[in-house]
Amino acid sequence: MTQPAELAPRDPSGPLDVVVTGLSSDAHTWNLVFMQLLLEDLGHHVVNLGPCISQDEIVESCCKYQPDLLVVSSVNGHGFHDAEHLVRALRARWELAGLPAVVGGKLGVRGAEGQDGHRRRLLAAGFDAVFHDEQGLGPFEAFVTALATDRTPPAPAGPREGAAR
Amino acid sequence: MTSFGRFVAAARARGALVVQPRMGFSGPARMRAGLLATKHAADAVAGTLTIDSYTRVGDEPAVVRALNADVPLNGYPITSYSPHTSHWVLDGIPGPAFPVQVRHGSARPQRIVAALARLGLTATEGGPVSYCLPYGRTPLVDSVRNWQEACEQLAALRAEGAEPHLESFGGCMLGQLCPPGLLVAISALEGVFFHRAGLRSVSLSYTQQTSPEQDRQAVRALRRLAAELLPDTDWHVVVYTYMGVYPRSPHGARALLERSAELAVRAGADRLIVKTSAEAHRIPTVAENVAALRVAARAAARAAATAPGSPADALDTADNPVYAEARALVDAVLDLDADPGSALLKAFERGYLDVPFCLHPDNAGRTRSHIDGAGRLTWSDIGALPIGRVAGQRGARLTAAGLHDALTYVQRRYDRTPGPRSAPGPQRAAAVERTHDLLEA
Repeated sequence: MTQPAELAPRDPSGPLDVVVTGLSSDAHTWNLVFMQLLLEDLGHHVVNLGPCISQDEIVESCCKYQPDLLVVSSVNGHGFHDAEHLVRALRARWELAGLPAVVGGKLGVRGAEGQDGHRRRLLAAGFDAVFHDEQGLGPFEAFVTALATDRTPPAPAGPREGAAR
Repeated sequence: MTSFGRFVAAARARGALVVQPRMGFSGPARMRAGLLATKHAADAVAGTLTIDSYTRVGDEPAVVRALNADVPLNGYPITSYSPHTSHWVLDGIPGPAFPVQVRHGSARPQRIVAALARLGLTATEGGPVSYCLPYGRTPLVDSVRNWQEACEQLAALRAEGAEPHLESFGGCMLGQLCPPGLLVAISALEGVFFHRAGLRSVSLSYTQQTSPEQDRQAVRALRRLAAELLPDTDWHVVVYTYMGVYPRSPHGARALLERSAELAVRAGADRLIVKTSAEAHRIPTVAENVAALRVAARAAARAAATAPGSPADALDTADNPVYAEARALVDAVLDLDADPGSALLKAFERGYLDVPFCLHPDNAGRTRSHIDGAGRLTWSDIGALPIGRVAGQRGARLTAAGLHDALTYVQRRYDRTPGPRSAPGPQRAAAVERTHDLLEA
């Protein structure tokens, strides 16, 4: 007998639900579209919040969608400060304390200079990984693949616990 | 009072393409110097006052903070300077031979329109859809109401003897990867919106895309639609030089600019907004703007001299695929409501208008596009667009790497033009490594 889809155990390496977002001061769109397609190419589901979105709206959207991963992308050179504030607000919510969250792009105006400092502060503030554009996409794809593989499968029967996470 | 539309018509009558920069500086002296320098750059030039992005979103406190701290803005903060300062900037500059247009990008334009009218200016740019969807998250319903008010403010200047002019930015929509049929439809629909709000001098826009043949079809389609939809109105078509990821080489940037001038002349547009060779790297200087205006004007004059007969006046061909698509969209949208503003809102709600890759919450986001083997921009998914019977062959969905290739298609083609050893392909891996760099456009 076939199980109803919603009761079937989720494939531990199956698709992740990912929220992709820009930051409040950044109007760039194509980097967000690119990240969405990249994640879709890897087989994951994406909700794209778009550019110029306020911190509160990002936090509320994460509470609403309960994604498996939050991807923040910013390329206007002002992303560092906005991203640091955002992740502190995120970690202040108990529902989102454990949400895997990463940030990448061009985060500062000084290019490579200052990158290590940015990375340390963003990790200390609560991000799980920080990707600078010079690294290419390899490290990001590796992070996503590892996350998709490591997920613990939910209990094989009964109401799905994942939904109430 | 100067009339933007009359100036463009006079240039057309003597066979000149009007060229115009995108230029704005926060320093009053620099802004004045820029206007003066562009005024005499070519035979027919329109002046531009581009507004900064803080003013665009209505954040005037941020403008004041920046000005007090001597931080340069990316445009002229028209609502923050005193009218005295702005009158000094413009003193003796605008006139019948050099109208000045205000370009801004605001979905809340009322204060900007009030400020430009106070300075005696009568020409600006915008639109309820085109100044809203690509720029952030102002709800479309608010933008429609704001632009209704702004159009009425402008139209009221007619009572004072002026002929206010409004240009739709609808021919741009994210700059690249929006198929021409939809660009033409949005620009034409905004023209109808302006007309209904009382304006009688408008321009409709189209941005150079990936295929010269398709671009000519689009400009001709726009002219045909304007003639059909805008009775008793002075109208013209304005072409924007490519707005996507720009060539990095000087020869590539120049060639792309020259092709856009030829497009304007051959397809019957009357005005061209130029780009400079510095575009891929930074905000251009006054000198770079002047150089671009000269290059464009010369290319236009050459094209006009070599054009057989007068193709600009040639009627559009019956089988123009861009016209067929645009006309189907316009008809379906205008059928939704007698009021053009309400029709636009319903159209986006139902996905009758749906800009590919646009992430605005009021855009359905079900359409996708790609560049086909012939270089034409076409649909890979039409979503709910009412063009099922007229849209051509659909292509495959873009992957991330495919998106990157599509976004840099024009840049790569133009950067490699003169090199005999052009070897496309192998650079791709390296190019993807620098994705963020390229996606900043």
